[in-house]
Amino acid sequence: MSDVYVVGVDMIKFMKAGTGPSVSALGARAALMALDDAGLKIQQMEALYCGNLYQAGAMVGQRILQEIGQTGIPVVNVANACATGATAFREGWMAIKAGAYDLVLAVGVEQMGAGLLGGGAGGKGIPKEGLLGSATMPAVFAEAGQEHARKYGTTFEQFAKVSVKNHHHSTMNPKAMYQIETPLEMVMNAEMIAYPNTKLMCSVNVDGSAAAVLASEKAVKQLGLMKRAVRVKASVLTSDPWQERDLVMPDVNTCTRNAAKKAYEMAGISPKDLSLVELHDCFATAEILHYENLGLCGEGEAGKMIDDGAVALGGKIPVNVSGGLLSKGHPLGATGIANIYEVSTHLRGEAGKRQVPNARFGLTHVIGLGSACAIHVLEKVA
Amino acid sequence: MADQGATKGPLPVVDFLKIPAQGEPYLEGHRCKSCSAIYLGAREVCSKCGTRGQLEPAKLSNQGKLYVYSIVHRSFPGVEVPYVSAVVDLDGGGTVKGNLIGAGADPEKIKMGMPVRVVFKDALGRKDREGNAYLSYFFEPA
Repeated sequence: MSDVYVVGVDMIKFMKAGTGPSVSALGARAALMALDDAGLKIQQMEALYCGNLYQAGAMVGQRILQEIGQTGIPVVNVANACATGATAFREGWMAIKAGAYDLVLAVGVEQMGAGLLGGGAGGKGIPKEGLLGSATMPAVFAEAGQEHARKYGTTFEQFAKVSVKNHHHSTMNPKAMYQIETPLEMVMNAEMIAYPNTKLMCSVNVDGSAAAVLASEKAVKQLGLMKRAVRVKASVLTSDPWQERDLVMPDVNTCTRNAAKKAYEMAGISPKDLSLVELHDCFATAEILHYENLGLCGEGEAGKMIDDGAVALGGKIPVNVSGGLLSKGHPLGATGIANIYEVSTHLRGEAGKRQVPNARFGLTHVIGLGSACAIHVLEKVA
Repeated sequence: MADQGATKGPLPVVDFLKIPAQGEPYLEGHRCKSCSAIYLGAREVCSKCGTRGQLEPAKLSNQGKLYVYSIVHRSFPGVEVPYVSAVVDLDGGGTVKGNLIGAGADPEKIKMGMPVRVVFKDALGRKDREGNAYLSYFFEPA
């Protein structure tokens, strides 16, 4: 089976939710940027994998082609909660692995509304929100974080430090929604949304898109694109295995652990070999969990990782140097490919002020509640 | 049905809250006879072990322990805040989510692991379109 490479990848600067043009126009922008990055044309693409959540029934991929080149290629529209973009990317990876195509395009795009996600009226009878607890995302991820606090004594301050770090990182990322420093007191004193998550500890709803051109080894060589190519060393997707608290408490840990184990095996590396990680910090509480889930530290050591600065740029294993979902923004269907863009940019040595020096291996991770976990390990080639 | 004309009582907020004609309301789980996994609500297949048609109703305890919680300060219009969203492990099995009442909204005072009991009260005055009242469950420090 051929190795699969990313030969073109880009994202638009994420923007305030609801301010972008149509979903298809947003997706088209990133698609053209990724094609330009590769120096290729839509006529060379053999298939399109399009990730979008909120218009999952509206043929977004075909509408993108209607804007950039209606070549008649197969289009697969993908929806998988917050793992949507990564799943679209992975479908493209798999098609090349299977030998079906040599060049495919993957696009992730989302146009968001403002405000709380989750916990809508739904169901029969009367609204349950605030009656049977909360199904809003800030509360659900607060509870997931509290599970860590319960086990290891993780503090509100430690969770808040995640947000300080990621906002700091985003000051060096011109494509992030925000470029502002948020000192610890500012994060902790921001409006409390769902303890222990304050407003600055919740990811930002934005409009955004990202795209990648994937190629077989044969195509990369024929087209002379190896110089800036990034090798996909592992692509893994899991769902959540049964857990006793499943019905009331989504488990984001086990599906991540299962995916991480497989990804390291597939890539033939250990967490120690990673130069950087873009993980799913939909809430500050969530990031802490994934240090351990991804094996970046031992059990119960996540609080220490954030205290020591090990996960900051310049630390042992920088996490979310893009600014993460907390500050770069979280356009659900685009997030997975935006992560691929970030890691690829570091592996190419093109990340400017936030460049992780000598980056060789990078890992991307997303979680879609429900649940889906996608992990990719990327490797520098040239 | 001689009592057809009698005033209709409140409806259960969820299917797994049972209001018997005689006796106290309770939460009902469905237990897999093969692997003992417990579900809220009836179902055909156990998603833990895959066994079909072996799930039987089981009355859940009204005593349990607070597993985790969040204090919700921002919600949708019309939802009174703050309130405590709590995940409770019931004694003998079954995990349920609901509002923790009577414990305040100070994280210093809400201890994960503390014993709680399930209580049944009106669903915060919420009514459906037909004007029906509902009976809900809540957790209180035990």
